[in-house]
Amino acid sequence: MKKAIVYLNQFFGQIGGEDKADFAPVLKEGLVGPAQEFNRRLEAEVTHTVICGDNYMGSREEEAVQQILDALADKEFDIFLAGPAFQAGRYGNACGVICKAVKQRFKVPVLTSMHVENPGVEMFSKDIVIFKGGRSAAAMRKNIKAMATYANKLLSGQELFDAQTEGYFGRGIRHQVWRPDQKPAADRAVEMLLKKLKGEAFVSELPIPELEKVAIAPPVTDLSQATIAFATSGGIVPKENPDRIQSASATRWGRYSIKGLERLAGGEYKTIHAGYDPTAVDADPNVCVPVDALRAYEREGKIGKLHEYFYSTVGTGTTQAEAARMGQEMIEYFQNEGVDAVVLLST
Amino acid sequence: MQMANLIPVATTVGANKIVPTISIPYPLGDPATSPQEQWKLRYHRVGVALDALTADIQEQTVFKVKY
Repeated sequence: MKKAIVYLNQFFGQIGGEDKADFAPVLKEGLVGPAQEFNRRLEAEVTHTVICGDNYMGSREEEAVQQILDALADKEFDIFLAGPAFQAGRYGNACGVICKAVKQRFKVPVLTSMHVENPGVEMFSKDIVIFKGGRSAAAMRKNIKAMATYANKLLSGQELFDAQTEGYFGRGIRHQVWRPDQKPAADRAVEMLLKKLKGEAFVSELPIPELEKVAIAPPVTDLSQATIAFATSGGIVPKENPDRIQSASATRWGRYSIKGLERLAGGEYKTIHAGYDPTAVDADPNVCVPVDALRAYEREGKIGKLHEYFYSTVGTGTTQAEAARMGQEMIEYFQNEGVDAVVLLST
Repeated sequence: MQMANLIPVATTVGANKIVPTISIPYPLGDPATSPQEQWKLRYHRVGVALDALTADIQEQTVFKVKY
């Protein structure tokens, strides 16, 4: 029998209401509150219930996560379920935080459920599976059923479908699938176009995520003292492609030293980007990663220094979620190595 | 700041400082032109991009290029 652990806040964990929101996390053996319904629906045994006050998680997150992870460290479990959190913002945040941490530490599937207006959806839907839940506890049984149905499929290794079909918020991940109807993309696109022309409803297979506003970076005050880095989604790599960056739908990126180089030599660097004709870039990679021009500005003193590495990945077919993650990973290097500003070039 | 050929895409995904490049397969130098011309264009546009880093802007801005 597979094993599950459930996470609840102080209210659903039957500790108390708002006055108990500072309740420090505990791990209880057996079933508390909604854990009973999970246990009934799951083809797994709920062995423990974690209970933590929402304010405790909100204001002492690091401590709370550490305490819970420590308590779970010697427990065996195959899946971790939190909530449902409905429209409760702090509970949604808590479910998101703990699910993300448990997933990272124990590599088990994590599931939660929230109402679309719960801020936790915006905060965590890219990281974890969040089922589309109701506004209030009136939807408890229904929301638990949805989570448990999916959990049972996961645990028994059944085929899983896309977020829309399964009923959770999309994570911005694309999978390649074989369609049972074998209808090619061109036919589906033309059908959609015809529907659009007739003014009929249709559902895009590639919904564009809503624009997230990026704060404008403060200007560099003295360029002549600044260290500048260069990054591209044009897929320029050393010819061996040492990081095996994919030619489309990339999930990997690399950084490559240009120390002492005046320019990128054709034949030594190339593009592995599958979305454009590589002829020009392979012949002269500087048309995409302009090391020659940047070195000229470094010599003239317009910039203080060109950073030792250029950064590269492939932008074609790459989801915004993956791109954002890779960007975050690059930022760590920029910050640790004193880069003041970055010029990006997209192809 | 972002150098991009598809300005509407760069705008839509939220880039704040944008400098145009000339194409997708050769952003900073048309192989049909002479090496001198390619260098002039690349040197110029990279310079505009570097200057853009120092610009104090209040909204999304597409910087103008001469070459």
